[in-house]
Amino acid sequence: MSLMDTKPLLGRVEEVGGFVDLTAYEAGQGYQAARTALTSMSPEEIVSLVKDANLRGRGGAGFPTGLKWSFVPQGEAAGEGAKYLVCNADEMEPGTFKDRFLLEHNPHILIEGMIIGAYAIQAEKAYIFLRGEYHQPYRRLVEALADATAQGFLGAGIFGTDFNLDLRIHRSGGRYICGEETALLNALEGKRAQPRTKPPFPPASGAWGRPTIVNNVETFCNVPGIVRHGVEWYQGLGRTEDAGTKIYGISGRVNRPGLWELPIGTPIRELVEQHAGGMRDGFELKGILPGGASTDFLVEEHFDLAMDYGTIQAAGSRMGTGTMILMDNSICPVDMSRNLQHFFAQESCGFCTPCREGLPWIEALLLDIEEGRGQEGDLEVLDRNAQFIGAPGNTFCLHATGAIEPLQSALKYFREDFEEHIRTGKCPYRGRPL
Amino acid sequence: MSEVELLQGLSGEEIAEIEAEITHLPDRESAAIDALMIVQKHRGWVSDTSLQAIARLLGMSADALDSIATFYNLIFRQPVGRHVVMVCDSVSCYVMGADGLGKAIQEHLGIAFGETTDDDRFTLLPIVCLGACDKAPTMMIDDELIENVAAERLGEIFGRFE
Repeated sequence: MSLMDTKPLLGRVEEVGGFVDLTAYEAGQGYQAARTALTSMSPEEIVSLVKDANLRGRGGAGFPTGLKWSFVPQGEAAGEGAKYLVCNADEMEPGTFKDRFLLEHNPHILIEGMIIGAYAIQAEKAYIFLRGEYHQPYRRLVEALADATAQGFLGAGIFGTDFNLDLRIHRSGGRYICGEETALLNALEGKRAQPRTKPPFPPASGAWGRPTIVNNVETFCNVPGIVRHGVEWYQGLGRTEDAGTKIYGISGRVNRPGLWELPIGTPIRELVEQHAGGMRDGFELKGILPGGASTDFLVEEHFDLAMDYGTIQAAGSRMGTGTMILMDNSICPVDMSRNLQHFFAQESCGFCTPCREGLPWIEALLLDIEEGRGQEGDLEVLDRNAQFIGAPGNTFCLHATGAIEPLQSALKYFREDFEEHIRTGKCPYRGRPL
Repeated sequence: MSEVELLQGLSGEEIAEIEAEITHLPDRESAAIDALMIVQKHRGWVSDTSLQAIARLLGMSADALDSIATFYNLIFRQPVGRHVVMVCDSVSCYVMGADGLGKAIQEHLGIAFGETTDDDRFTLLPIVCLGACDKAPTMMIDDELIENVAAERLGEIFGRFE
C-alpha cells in the first residue's frame, strides 16, 4: 500500500520529499488514469464516475463536480466552435494557501486531472487562470506543461487517440473578484473582471460565449485518483458523509501552522491540537474562520464539529476552502473585523451600489469603534447594514454576501467586545503582543 | 497617432510578444490584459504613450483599455522604482502582526505605502493575501516571496535588492 492510497493529492509529494517532477510523477503511476480514461472510457462514463464519487468543488462552494460537467452540451447540441475547460488557480481568499502548495509541489496531478476533465466534456482548449503574484507556481507549471507536451500527454492525438488538448496559462492582472467564475471568464477574455448575470451559467455559455467548465485546482487534482481507484475507494476516504480527502490548512498562533491532506470530515479540534500542535504558550483559541475570510466565525462550542460541507453549514458557516484562520485571545475582534472589511471593500469590483458604497462605509464605522469614536446605536447600524448588504439578490454576485459572513458572526459571538469599545471609548486589546 | 509615435509606445519585441498571444485567442481585444502585462514586464509600468499604442494595435479605444488597466491591482499606470515591494495586509498576516510590520517597513524605507524612494530603488505597496499564510507575515519583492518576515530582518532583506 502506498501513501497515495490514502493521500491521493499529496502522498507522492511526501514520498518524494518535495517537488514531484514528471519522472517522479510517472514513477508513481502518474498519467495512468488519463491514459485509462482516454483509451478505454467514454466521456459519459467519466462524468458518471465523478458524479457517483460525490466529488464536490474544493474552491469553496462545494458544488458537485460531476453534476456541473453533465450540464455541458455534447455532440451536435454543443453547436459550432470550441468548448473550454478552465482551472481557477486564482487563489486569493485570505488565509488560503493550499492551491499554491499543490501547484508548486505536484503540478502534474493538476494537468492529469485537467486532461481527464477536458476529455469528459470534450473541450480541446483549456486554461489555467493563475494568480499574477504566483511566480514560483508559474515557473513550475511552465516546466510541467513543457514536459507533459514533450511526452505527448498534451497537444494533438493524446495517447494515440483522436483527442487533442491545447492547455495554456493565463496570468491574472490581480483582483479577488476574478475568483468568481463569471468574472474570471471576463478576465480571461481580456476584460474588466465584473461578474456576469446568471443564467446563462458557464456550462451553457462561458468563455467567448461557448460552453465552459471552471473548477478549482484541488478539485481537478481529485480526479485522477477517482479514475484509478473508483467510487467505493473514494467514498471510503471520508470520515463523514462527504467523500475523498481534503487539504486542510491552519494559520495563526499555533505551534505548527501548515497544510495536511486528511480524510474529509476531520474534526476542527483534531486539526488544531493534533496536526497544528495546539496553540502557542500563552495564547488561547477564541474563534476561527473555518474556510477563508468570507466564512462565518465559529467558536468554542463548534470545535468538535467535523470539517465537512454539511456539518459546518449546519453550524451557520461554510467549510469554504478548508484553510482555517485562528483568532487567539490577543486579537481584537473589532480590529480583525476592520481588517477583513478593508479587504472586501478594496476588492469590490464596484458594479453594485450596496457593495461599492456599503463596504467602505462599514470599514470606516469599524475603524471609528476600534479607535474609540464609537457611538450608541452603531452596532444596530452594523446589524441593519449586514442584513441589507449581505442578502443575496441585493447585489449581482456573492462578494458582498461573503464580506458580511465574518462581520455578522463577529457581531453575534463577540458582541461584548464591540459593546466594551463603545462604552469605554477605547480598545481593550491595544498593547497586545506582536 | 502616427507610426512613429506607435513605435515609441511599443518596441518590436513587445509587438511580437503581443501578436504571439493574439494567435491563441478568438479576437485581438481578448489580448488586452496580456498586452498590458507584456509591456509592463519590459518597461516596469504602462505609460499613456504605451497605452495608446497597445489600444491601436488591438483595435480598441484607449479609454476602454485604460478602464481595464486601472481595474487590476498588478498593472501600474504610474512609474515604479527598480524594485516593487508588496506587503501582505490580509487577515492571516494581520493576525501575525502585519500592521506593526507595515509600520516598520515604512520607517525602514522612509516612505509611506504608495510611494517610491527618492533614489527610485523601492516602490512600496500593500497587497492582498499571498497564499503563504502558514509562514505569515509575508511580503513579495519583485517576483520573490519572502516568508516569516520580522522587523529585525528588514536590513538584510532589503540589502539584497540594489
